[in-house]
Amino acid sequence: MSTPFDPRLFLSFGKRGHGGLLGIDYHDHGPDWCTLQLPFRPELIGNEESGVLASGPILTMMDMATSIAVWLKLGTFRAHATLDLRIDYLRPATPGKTVFGRGECYRITRAISFIRGQAHDGDPDDPLAHVAGTYMFTEAQP
Amino acid sequence: MKLPPYADLLGLSVDLEPGLPPLLTMPFREGVMGRPGFLHGGAIGGLLEVAAIAALQQALDADGGGRVKPIGVTIDFMRGGREKLTRARGLVTRLGTRVANVDALAWQDAEDRPIARARMNYLVVRGG
Repeated sequence: MSTPFDPRLFLSFGKRGHGGLLGIDYHDHGPDWCTLQLPFRPELIGNEESGVLASGPILTMMDMATSIAVWLKLGTFRAHATLDLRIDYLRPATPGKTVFGRGECYRITRAISFIRGQAHDGDPDDPLAHVAGTYMFTEAQP
Repeated sequence: MKLPPYADLLGLSVDLEPGLPPLLTMPFREGVMGRPGFLHGGAIGGLLEVAAIAALQQALDADGGGRVKPIGVTIDFMRGGREKLTRARGLVTRLGTRVANVDALAWQDAEDRPIARARMNYLVVRGG
């Protein structure tokens, strides 16, 4: 039996990649979910007029949070690729606020895992985005 | 065409050719990397969104101007993005009074071998 999947350790490996470029960091996790945080930075702005965060960084955070949720539910890391990801933008993020992204894995089959999640900027009951998607394991079942 | 700060962070540049929607280019570097050897899906998604908004803004500017607000995006990842240059272009499939539907494709080796595609819906607020 391998060591249980540790999201903090996993995120520390990725500091030089895209998550590190955006400043995405660990916040919290449970048996089948993980919450990450994206502190506000002017470089992440998608619309200079309004100062609102671009949607790309939120998409990246939700991709990472939901991937980690899969490995938490699985109990171990297993390489996978995103098949599809849908994101609904419920409202703009408040300029200056840290955005939190909670990803959950609700089903894993032999080849595919199914995920969903929400992003908010302080109040989980007032989400700013909702995501749903699927991942496919890139190697055959061991 | 001026790109937002987030596009600069991704390292994007834009090429304008007459009669075509803007072509976005994202060079490969460590900051857009996901798992070793591959682009991060989020970086590909971000590139697709910038390409879609650029195409829509160009179409809207030619049709009286206005602002756009994203409603939703669905992204299909068809091939792993490798450690090389990626291009993307948006295509406005419908620009209505209140809603616009935009598709975007991202590719590396050839435009007819896309690595990802996105389908996006935007709310359009017409006028200046």
